[in-house]
Amino acid sequence: MEQTVTELFRVIDHCLMIRLPEEVDHYRAGYISETADKMLYDEEVQNVVFDFEKTRFMDSSGIGMIMGRYRKISCFGGRIYCIHADRQIRRILKISGLDKIVEVLES
Amino acid sequence: MRNEMEVVFDAVADNEAFARVAVAAFVARQNPTLEEMADIKTAVSEAVTNAIIHGYGNLHGYTGNRRLPQERLIIHPGKVRLHCVLDGDMLHIEVSDTGKGIQDVEKAMEPLYTTLPELERSGMGFAFMEAFMDDLEVESEPDQGTVVRMKKKMEAGDWIAGED
Repeated sequence: MEQTVTELFRVIDHCLMIRLPEEVDHYRAGYISETADKMLYDEEVQNVVFDFEKTRFMDSSGIGMIMGRYRKISCFGGRIYCIHADRQIRRILKISGLDKIVEVLES
Repeated sequence: MRNEMEVVFDAVADNEAFARVAVAAFVARQNPTLEEMADIKTAVSEAVTNAIIHGYGNLHGYTGNRRLPQERLIIHPGKVRLHCVLDGDMLHIEVSDTGKGIQDVEKAMEPLYTTLPELERSGMGFAFMEAFMDDLEVESEPDQGTVVRMKKKMEAGDWIAGED
């Protein structure tokens, strides 16, 4: 378990990098949110990067997961970045309006 | 060609992934595009989750539930019924439960509206079903349950042309 945590979550220069799993559903979104929040407090994180490289499925719980982290860091000037999002993930970010508050970076 | 299937399963978080994989397998022989497949899986996932957490109040296994008191994590008995019909290239999906129902369907369908903010879901469930399927119908009676009917025409290529 410890190993998977360090593998998926990494803090580099006050930036928390999260490598998302293949499917982001309610199960995994909950675990990721909780682990991320702990790191936000423990490691003086400023920005959060969600890496969708492996992700092929996401539902509204993923939106809740990103929105929740946005609420926590935006009041301190932090930003959220989404990288390696495929068409489907981009579409979900667009429909939910999240693309207006987070940076979706072209890969 | 017409094909039909129905599965009934316990209203617990674990079965959410099962439901979307079952539908994906059912439509596979229609040769859907990856996008169509992802749309259908997302829509089914949203509908099934709604039935589990809102219909039956089974929050066990969901986001943010550690902040909830133990008594709210009790698993209530209940089944979710998933009924699919593939009629030519038209896919009909019906997700129903016999849970507590929705007081105000119109309000429930508003984007960002949620009755469970502590779960940190987004309130986008119905908005996603509407966006990813061609047609969405919700029928609900308080204390009787909810039926969600969705339709999608399975034709490759349309999605790409309709992008942006």
